[in-house]
Amino acid sequence: MTIIRLLSRPVRGALLAAALTLPLAPLASRADETVDPADWTEVLAKAKGQTVYFHAWGGEPRINAYIAWAGEQLQQRHGIKVEQVKVDDTANVVARIVAEKAAGQESGGAVDLVWINGENFVSLKKAGLLMSPGWATKLPNWPLVDVENKPAVVTDFTEPTDGQESPWGMAKLVFMHDTATLAEPPKTLDALAEHVKANPGRFTYPQPPNFHGSTFLKQVLATTIADRAKLSRPVDPASFEADVAPLFAYLDALHPNMWRQGRAFPQNQPALRQLLADGEIDIAFTFNPAGASAAIAAGELPETVRTFVLDGGTIGNAHFLAIPFNANAKAGALVLADFLLSPEAQARKQDPAIWGDPTVLAVERLEAAERERFAALDLGIATLSPEELGPVIEEPHASWMVELERAWTARYASQ
Amino acid sequence: MTDALIFDKVAITLAGRDLISLDRAIAPGEVLTVMGPSGIGKSTLLAHAAGFLDPAFTAGGRVLSGDTDLTSLPPYRRRLGLLFQDPLLFPHMSVGENIAFALPPALHGRAKRRQAVAAALADVDLAGFEARDPATLSGGQKARVALMRVLESQPRALLLDEPFSRLDAALRDQIRQLVFAKARERGLPVLLVTHDRADADAAGGPVVEYA
Amino acid sequence: MLRLAPLLALALMLGPVAAGLFGTLLPAVGYVPALGGETVSLAPLRMFLAQPGIGLSAALSLGTGLAATLGAFAAVVLFTAAFEGTRFFRAMRRLLSPLMAVPHAAAAFGLAFLITPSGFVMRLLSPWATGFQRPPDVLIVGDPLGLTMTLGLMAKEVPFLFLMLLAALPQADPVRSRRVAASLGYAPVAAWLTTVLPRIYPQIRLPVFAVLAYATSVVDVALILGPTTPPPLAVRLTAWMNDPDLSLRFMASAGALVQLGLSLFAIAVWIVGERLAVKLGRRWIESGRRSAAEHLATALSGSAMALLAAAMLSGLALLALWSVAGPWRFPDTFPLSFTLRAWTMHGYAAVDAIATTIAIALPVIAVAIALVLASLENETREGRARPRRSLLLLYLPLIVPQIAFVFGLQVLFLMAGLHDTLLAVALGHMVFVLPYVFLALSDPWRAVDPRYGHMAGALGASPARTFWRVRLPLARKAVATAAALGFAVSVAQYLPTLLIGGGRVSTVTTEAVALAAGGNRQLVGIYALLQMLLPFAAFLLAAAVPSVAHRRRRENETTA
Repeated sequence: MTIIRLLSRPVRGALLAAALTLPLAPLASRADETVDPADWTEVLAKAKGQTVYFHAWGGEPRINAYIAWAGEQLQQRHGIKVEQVKVDDTANVVARIVAEKAAGQESGGAVDLVWINGENFVSLKKAGLLMSPGWATKLPNWPLVDVENKPAVVTDFTEPTDGQESPWGMAKLVFMHDTATLAEPPKTLDALAEHVKANPGRFTYPQPPNFHGSTFLKQVLATTIADRAKLSRPVDPASFEADVAPLFAYLDALHPNMWRQGRAFPQNQPALRQLLADGEIDIAFTFNPAGASAAIAAGELPETVRTFVLDGGTIGNAHFLAIPFNANAKAGALVLADFLLSPEAQARKQDPAIWGDPTVLAVERLEAAERERFAALDLGIATLSPEELGPVIEEPHASWMVELERAWTARYASQ
Repeated sequence: MTDALIFDKVAITLAGRDLISLDRAIAPGEVLTVMGPSGIGKSTLLAHAAGFLDPAFTAGGRVLSGDTDLTSLPPYRRRLGLLFQDPLLFPHMSVGENIAFALPPALHGRAKRRQAVAAALADVDLAGFEARDPATLSGGQKARVALMRVLESQPRALLLDEPFSRLDAALRDQIRQLVFAKARERGLPVLLVTHDRADADAAGGPVVEYA
Repeated sequence: MLRLAPLLALALMLGPVAAGLFGTLLPAVGYVPALGGETVSLAPLRMFLAQPGIGLSAALSLGTGLAATLGAFAAVVLFTAAFEGTRFFRAMRRLLSPLMAVPHAAAAFGLAFLITPSGFVMRLLSPWATGFQRPPDVLIVGDPLGLTMTLGLMAKEVPFLFLMLLAALPQADPVRSRRVAASLGYAPVAAWLTTVLPRIYPQIRLPVFAVLAYATSVVDVALILGPTTPPPLAVRLTAWMNDPDLSLRFMASAGALVQLGLSLFAIAVWIVGERLAVKLGRRWIESGRRSAAEHLATALSGSAMALLAAAMLSGLALLALWSVAGPWRFPDTFPLSFTLRAWTMHGYAAVDAIATTIAIALPVIAVAIALVLASLENETREGRARPRRSLLLLYLPLIVPQIAFVFGLQVLFLMAGLHDTLLAVALGHMVFVLPYVFLALSDPWRAVDPRYGHMAGALGASPARTFWRVRLPLARKAVATAAALGFAVSVAQYLPTLLIGGGRVSTVTTEAVALAAGGNRQLVGIYALLQMLLPFAAFLLAAAVPSVAHRRRRENETTA
């Protein structure tokens, strides 16, 4: 509920700005497009000839190439043009949609489809800035989604998706080490602390509030907090200090022996990976279980890199596709979201040579031919099998991340 | 032929302070020399006549050519030929282009204009210099081109602002004679501003001295 | 028509800045009467001030900005004083002029590749000299005091200030001034500082202010080279502006106003320094001291400029190398193999980005040049002597930090229904291109001897003819240089392109920054190279335009 309160003020402020410059505002376009995903034939008909502006993080060339491939398929099969808008931070897309709302643009928005999850999704959902009612569960490929074994596909950071975003891929925190410099990696957080103490300067994590950095904090929090059940509820300010005390005790001990003595941090996961590639650090991590194999295939990591997980499990979640309330090409966006959910697209996405992002589908429920696509995949030398990946620790409620980032910054990044 | 250049109660002030005044007529072919030390506003007088007076100054009175009140005309319609200390040949134009630039538009036809340029250059012993870059000329050559450029624009009068002061002694005398001869030849009234007594002597006309 | 030109130019620059600032001010004071009936409140400011480490962030911005500007200024001025007229000077001039076209982000990446512990310098020395098989754990890039960031900013601003100084130099007649001073017994540096600098400083003052404002509010260089615990103020503001928790916008808006104040404060500090320098300068002239630590100044400025140039150039060479590098592990000096894989994979996308970049930049510089020329011609015709005060307004967009008004600008374009169009992006670029074109063009224009114009008028040429045939050709070199500079500025725009273009307008720079987030060095290399090559090509074209000023100088010498 706090978020609604937080949201409404800037929106109101922007609306005021809009009112002040009203003479400049054109009459809102009335070409309001209503599409019903239940009537797929109609959706396909409306989508033909549309251009879908797909706002997706553009920092990974392999992913961009995959999206370009999907665009070609859509052009050939359905006459839909896909333009990837390469975003450096999805929060900018959220800001964009808010600005459109503030300017009274109820249709014809710039964003047709956005790659999203976590607090960005929560922000948009709570502000009513997503296409509604829920559409994801009405997509033709939805029945193939593995809701039973992958609950994260319908619960995004403890927030029910209500069908307002369609799952695209799975993520799970896995650690990477270079066997050339570190043969036996530490498998618990305590062992990690020991290793760092014995090998100063060879471990670090991306600086929170970077997503991967925050995930590392959540991993430590989930392991050290006395009552893990608290994490599925919003932060209780009264007990927050005590809840995170073990986490910060752990970090306090870790930092002096970290890379650059904890006085500087890499700014994102690719930068962390680069440090591993450069031999600056021994251990890195990624949210993509096949990320290491893919990076090896691309020549970004040496072939001696392998992955591992911590005993007791690691944080896992899903990432999604959402359609803003004022999208210009809703039908086209629906078709694209459905195509990206198809076994063909999902199998290709899971191929480490292409991208290596785990599927959201229940592979065992697929038809034989489709199953074969997945079975044929060589997951890569550095990718753990589904059994080896171990248990999933669910993402805490989104409020934890906000508070953790605040506390971390106050403690380590402001003196 | 040409009209007299008349300074009709011209007075220039700067911030309420009287700077310089002149109330004279200069007959065609006559050279009026205005003399005085630097800083008393001799050049200001000239700038006022030509229409380039800095807005900081205030000027009263009129400058006329015969019956035509020049003060009410924009600078480029006044047709008062200017010569400064520096020849100020346009560096991006050739010698020939510098003169062609000055020829009145009324002179039609490429051949005729070229002919006029050639004749002007030949007049000052610079025949065949059309294509030369002004930067390659000697000081005396530049002064001669500058003179012919002014004359070819068919001015009503000449305004000379210490035009000889940058030339060396031998050259100075030669150019001085040339300028005055050409002005007399065309019957132009000439206003000469200088601080060099020899200029006044060579001009041979009336002298107004300021102290 | 002509009289409207300065007004139009001002409106095109100040309108968006004012509207954007207004859009920042409202949330900054929490004032939203139309809907909530809330009153003006200092809550956002208080929230901003309560952020941990905010004082340190502000101090970092101020300190690094002032240090970088002073460093670059001192290096350029002393270097010119000590070396003008030498072969070394001419070589540096040739080297540094094109470097001005290098966008900040590209230069910063190059520098980082060079000096980071796993970077090229360390690879050159390892393991034979250092014994390192793995990169040492030394904090160089991102040091808490921002020394590396200061160095990076200096390296990038030196070419800019150097070019501005070179443009102003001929008007001070440095050769003869120095000769006269030398005949009076003044050593070269002392002669230059006492006779040339005071005359050209007024002309490079606004560029210095622009550098100062930029350096105190920089985001991209700070992200690549700056400290992060905490980062400088502008970096934190950008992060808050982009935070999904939209309540941070209020605080960020309040912070943006503080950032504005901080940049202005830096300029005020500089002005106090100017006063002090003038006082000391007068005392020096009175004292008649004939030398100014000549050897020290020569050695320091010479090596500083050589080092900065070498760092920039080798950094850029490294970008090129990375773009074709195969596996390249520490401590290998060079990659094990070379591959065009990255280029072939991303060639098509790059061509599109280049086309868009040019499609925006060309009309923008055409309009900007026309407007600036019209304004200057109007000023010349009215015979007004340098209305500097009103023109100061022109530089406002360079002195107001971008983050303070670009979001407001985005809303404005949305309301005008112009968002996502090339036209809107071009208008956004205009705000930043116009002042730079003005910076580059106004002084050379005003420096043209006004008697040429008077002479043309006296010869019967109408004002229009005088403009087209005399004044414009005399300034053609400056026009070409200003156009190239405008092109470089347009190419380098990130925030306005991204926000106003709604992400649909992909230029070389938006692609580069988006890809940089992924840290892929091959790709960073490619786009940083492209980002650099485009403006470089523009400057090459400008360099091909023959200079008239050069010939004019020779003429003066022969007449003398």
